[in-house]
Amino acid sequence: MSKPIALEVRNLVKYFPTGHKGFLGRPSQELKAVDGVSFVLSKGETLGIVGESGCGKSTLARLITRLLDPSSGQVILDSQDITHLRGRRLRDVRRQIQMIFQDPYSSLNPRHSVGQIISAPLEVQGIVSGDELMSRVREMMALVGLNPEHYNRYPHEFSGGQRQRIGIARSLILNPSVIIADEPVSALDVSIQAQILNLLEKLQQDLGLSFIFIAHDLSVVRHIADKVAVMYLGKIVEMGPSSAVYGRSLHPYTTALLSAVPVANPKKRGASGRIRLQGDVPSPVNPPSGCRFRTRCWKASELCASHEPPLIDMGEGHLVACHHPMEPSEGAGKPPVER
Amino acid sequence: MEASHPVLIVENLSVSFETPDGIVHAVNDVSFVLHRGKTLGIVGESGSGKSVTASSLMRLNNSVTATTSGSVQVSGKDLMAASDDELRQIRGSEIAMVFQDPMSALNPYYTVGAQIAEAYEVHHPNASKSEVQMKVIDMMTKVGIPNPEQRSKDYPHQFSGGMRQRIVIAIALVNDPKILIADEPTTALDVTVQAQILDLMLSLQAENGMAILLITHDLGVIAEVARDVLVMYAGRVVEKADVEDLFEIPTHPYSWGLLGAVSSLDDSHRGQLKTIEGAPPSLLNLPTGCAFHPRCTYSSENNGQCETLVPSLMQKGPEHSSSACHLQSARVVQIGREVGK
Repeated sequence: MSKPIALEVRNLVKYFPTGHKGFLGRPSQELKAVDGVSFVLSKGETLGIVGESGCGKSTLARLITRLLDPSSGQVILDSQDITHLRGRRLRDVRRQIQMIFQDPYSSLNPRHSVGQIISAPLEVQGIVSGDELMSRVREMMALVGLNPEHYNRYPHEFSGGQRQRIGIARSLILNPSVIIADEPVSALDVSIQAQILNLLEKLQQDLGLSFIFIAHDLSVVRHIADKVAVMYLGKIVEMGPSSAVYGRSLHPYTTALLSAVPVANPKKRGASGRIRLQGDVPSPVNPPSGCRFRTRCWKASELCASHEPPLIDMGEGHLVACHHPMEPSEGAGKPPVER
Repeated sequence: MEASHPVLIVENLSVSFETPDGIVHAVNDVSFVLHRGKTLGIVGESGSGKSVTASSLMRLNNSVTATTSGSVQVSGKDLMAASDDELRQIRGSEIAMVFQDPMSALNPYYTVGAQIAEAYEVHHPNASKSEVQMKVIDMMTKVGIPNPEQRSKDYPHQFSGGMRQRIVIAIALVNDPKILIADEPTTALDVTVQAQILDLMLSLQAENGMAILLITHDLGVIAEVARDVLVMYAGRVVEKADVEDLFEIPTHPYSWGLLGAVSSLDDSHRGQLKTIEGAPPSLLNLPTGCAFHPRCTYSSENNGQCETLVPSLMQKGPEHSSSACHLQSARVVQIGREVGK
């Protein structure tokens, strides 16, 4: 770990109370959305977080940006613990950590002009005003590939891709050091996705940003991330350099996830060794004992039901939480689950 | 090629809508044939006209605002001339449809069993209660829902997204239609569930020989399940090809752009993705000539033809593929081979 650390998350936990309040008003059940997540994001690096719906990736983003308060654990930004900051000090931190949202339609106020939307963070933070504010906004619009002349237009006059550029401009206007992008391209068409991904990569290089890139699309994450974390039911089950995780996945879930991605190559259709997971993700209110993936795993043993596997470094920063990690000889191939 | 049975023949289909802002030309001059037991994929971005094409095949477009021309023949019957009664016969028993969002396709107030039963009873008014019940259980078993007897009494919200989509498929297939139109059937689902649903559709197809029209924006899904592909852009078919040819020697600049823009899993050479500059045009105000020309890198090579003349579909490369482009065949094949790798 030679690179300086931009952001560190230690054992982050978020339980949402659900169900009827029982005796003494205590919630009867808890939904374990994020359950003990730790990682380190180095400066200038992109960490991709992948997983299926309900795995806790969006909750994680909201915990890091302090839009939600964690049940326990720490978020450390630039060696400062920001987990319990409030008021003014929290606002200062928000300058450094900004978010890009999934839906470029609902994340922009339809009654505000683009200029107002992009300048809002500057006004909230009371950094600049008047002419300087205007010129900062125009500069930012040019940087993300919008025509600065369109300052006074409204969101509905822009296409989806351009709206996402507006969202990006808004998140960058405060010169943050960390950007959390929650499914920033999944609402866009492929040709527009590519434009936005290229833009994000260019901005990262030019501005030295650190990214947390959350997506369910594994190939998009493969393209943009240096490091990948795979989440399942609130936990990281595998994490490591992209090339390692995608090249030689160790966790059966990662392997299954990768093999489920449709490959844009008809010659590889029906390739042997397709893994088809059975069933659905269990409820996070009542996750399986031991390893949470065991109910859908073809390698599960009694050990998996009784003991939760810890996240262990298997070498070169490639971590996996599994009692029976994939062997190299297994490739993507051998599991007996075929459908 | 084995003997083919066309079950759906679409000729020169055009659909336009009257809106307060003007006339939207959603579909222009689309023709294709769907064969028994085969899967035809339609791929395109939002606004390319793929969903409107699908809903015209069931005549689901608003008859007041929409103007439809061209011909659609379902198993020899002319859909455009069909009366309401005939339409009701065709819908469900000849053609059935699966939509993108399984939550909004199901009625939250009725049990899933009742909804499958309803679809069956519409076409079998004299069926006895026990026969309907047996059919419901049979369909739920076919689409892979465990404990069908018990689960048929559950409501849609008690099912996960993938299970709901299975129910929607069960409803669509309960009358054994010859044609299944699936409009983005897996877009709302997670990848592992998407894989399950695609497998299910293909195995049901192998069983009953239905033809599938699969509409998607995902080239990966196309590559996995389609046999023939239409690429649509701004309401027109710009390329028509065998799935293998499309990926090997694509013959339209828009297809080149789409294939280049897809990020893939074995993307070891990271770096800039190829993009198609600009955004799709407004259907209210289509560019003159080829609708793709403002975004096309090659439009300068054709002496202004692209700006003035709408190209028609012609064979440019492989035998069964055709594309609508003014570029010379030799040039198309040369670039197509490079793109297809």
